[in-house]
Amino acid sequence: MSRRPHGKLDLDPATVKQARALARKVGRPIVTTAKKHTTVAVERATLRLAGLEGADAEGTPWVNRLMDVVRADTGLEHGVALPVWDALARGEAGDLVSLAQKASAGSVTFRLPEGRDAARARTASRKQVGRGIKRIDQRRVERDRMIKRQGDAPRTPWIYLIVATGDIYEDIPQAQQAAREGADVIAVIRSTGQSLLDYVPEGATREGFAGTYATQENFRLMRAALDESGKELGRYIRLTNYASGLCMPEIAALAGMERLDMMLNDSMYGILFRDINPVRTFVDQRFSRQVHARAGIIINTGEDNYLTTADAIEAAHTVTTSQLLNEYFAKEAGLEDWQLGLGHAFEIDPEVPDSFRMELAHALLARELFPAAPLKWMPPTRHMTGDVFRGYLLDGFFNLVGALTGQGILLVGMMTEAVVTPWISDRDLALQNVRYVMNAAGELHRDFRPEPDGFIVTRANQVLGESLELMERILEHEHGLLDAIADGTFGLMKRPADAGRGLDGVAKKSSVYYNPASEILEEA
Amino acid sequence: MSEQDSSGDVETVAEQPPTPPEGSIVRPYGDTTGDGMVQISFTLPIPHSKVAEGAAAQLANKMGMDPALVVHAKPMGPGFTFFVVYGRVNHLVDTSKVVVVERDYPLLTPKEANAAIKRALRRRLTVVGACIGTDAHTVGIDAILNIKGFAGEKGLEYYRELKVVNLGAQVSVPQLVERARAEKADAVLVSQVVTQRDAHLLNTREMSAAFRESYPSDRRPLLIVGGPRFDEAMAGELGVDRVFSRGTTPGEVASYLVHQLTQRKAS
Repeated sequence: MSRRPHGKLDLDPATVKQARALARKVGRPIVTTAKKHTTVAVERATLRLAGLEGADAEGTPWVNRLMDVVRADTGLEHGVALPVWDALARGEAGDLVSLAQKASAGSVTFRLPEGRDAARARTASRKQVGRGIKRIDQRRVERDRMIKRQGDAPRTPWIYLIVATGDIYEDIPQAQQAAREGADVIAVIRSTGQSLLDYVPEGATREGFAGTYATQENFRLMRAALDESGKELGRYIRLTNYASGLCMPEIAALAGMERLDMMLNDSMYGILFRDINPVRTFVDQRFSRQVHARAGIIINTGEDNYLTTADAIEAAHTVTTSQLLNEYFAKEAGLEDWQLGLGHAFEIDPEVPDSFRMELAHALLARELFPAAPLKWMPPTRHMTGDVFRGYLLDGFFNLVGALTGQGILLVGMMTEAVVTPWISDRDLALQNVRYVMNAAGELHRDFRPEPDGFIVTRANQVLGESLELMERILEHEHGLLDAIADGTFGLMKRPADAGRGLDGVAKKSSVYYNPASEILEEA
Repeated sequence: MSEQDSSGDVETVAEQPPTPPEGSIVRPYGDTTGDGMVQISFTLPIPHSKVAEGAAAQLANKMGMDPALVVHAKPMGPGFTFFVVYGRVNHLVDTSKVVVVERDYPLLTPKEANAAIKRALRRRLTVVGACIGTDAHTVGIDAILNIKGFAGEKGLEYYRELKVVNLGAQVSVPQLVERARAEKADAVLVSQVVTQRDAHLLNTREMSAAFRESYPSDRRPLLIVGGPRFDEAMAGELGVDRVFSRGTTPGEVASYLVHQLTQRKAS
């Protein structure tokens, strides 16, 4: 009697187990490092959870002003909570905003409280930050209730469309129109370069560069607009933004408090593609993922980016490796399988023979390796040439792979990729493309079984094998992943652990370090 | 109508410029020489109706399509209709009168750029980039330098033979000069995005003067500025080697660098 194959690719369960064991081995020292450090962004996120909003006349957020003074007086290594709530207890100010105002005027001096004073500051900070966490909990309950009342997306994959005008008041009607046209998820692309700002801009914004700034007010405005659309259309419209870059933890906190539903959040993207310091990234990422876990937010990871710089065939195993690492880091931070929109993309050169079979093999590998994760399927960009007719065909084949491999989130490809920002007709044609494929072949996966030792099965197993080899190579480095990132193992970029943006915002925690947000999130 | 007919039309009119060179008159080709057939698509902001289709045909007529055949009309939401139109245009194109601004350097792929640097310099080429003055917008410099790039092209960091030092925003001119010297920069890239009262011009002049002061003229790194408010013709006036304006891609900057620096080396 022959044994029953495991799924469509017959992946060896022992190999899959080994892959996860290797990812854990690679990731664990990073988590240990992350736990030993804090960053200015984590501390500012804590202040935001405690309810500190707004900015001074020059637009510098109060969280930044307060953080800077506390840091100058007592350092970053003890955290912001003890000195701040000690000052409040000493009656330096009645609330956080006035404390921040007085601190920036130079009329408050912070100290590190000890003994009973420290205990008092701990209790008070925990109480106040706890309110922010509670608000996140309430927003999560509210989402569940609205999905029940308005209805959920009618099918998977969820159709994910992007708006990006730079002006939130232009984005809103476009997003509402996209929802009417069939979008289940709206992503508001951020202004280029926001990831490198060490503060979150304040208020509603009307100009950006190839995108719209992520601000608490913009989140609020778009959320309200999409709730309106949900009511009109009888299905809940999900909202997506980006928790990446130097303010990852703060944006995660704002997203939780303003009921965003999905956040782009990759473990290594900022390091490799934005030259942000690796330690800063891993510390910020862990905190932001804990917040996302609590908020019931689905994260989208950024593996598609690897394929925009490296060859999609040669680098296929780096995508798998990154997915495994992202999964490990995500689960360690408390995220569940249904929250892991692990990324991958249709980026193989269409001139390569059997490119479609290879795309199918790679997509199926992601599906079978992460059976309970929604998976985020990204359309071709690199080989979209301006020949919109050919691009439309390519998008059709991309959609077909999505249908055949049960992708959870499908970012709709535009035939005018690399030509113009999508026109109304581009979006309409793109959605027709998706609808045709889903209608014609949405159930094809039921009949589709690749030949047991055929091209697709062989290719998928080969990529998984290469991924294991890569993780073993990472482990051969003295400092594992950090060294591997430093010597250019991922992509072509060399990113040493002691360089990169945001490094000066990292500190090793002292023995009295206290952060009420981390404490509450770790308890969950 | 044949090609000869059309050139004959031109000749019969007095006061016309000299006859265009043989074969320089062309018209679009569908499936027969000289048929002038084109295909266009567009959206009108009106609901789909017979009137809408008539409006599409009218637009096509005004664009010189006659006859114009509206082959497809599809409503998109309540207020828009999308059209595909096929038809014949009566315009002639004279290729001898086409004016193109030629780039004065060849566009290279990253691979070609790397190979050219290796061949000419036998070392990596160092580029120092910054936003100077109070401008905190690193969008421009990051689009050109970061590996992520811009407009589908990878940034200069992606080029193996380029060493990129991105100093970020709000860098002072003395800091920039100092770092350029320390890194032995071959080229300095400065971006100015958001400016008021011509600050970008003042900053650039200050920058170029500082470099002239601290370097002998034959050793000075290549100075390049870029940003949406610059005029590409102002390089001389600003004392820099090149100005790049809105829409410049990393590939163009890289190609220019390679062209200039490998030439400089050769001369």
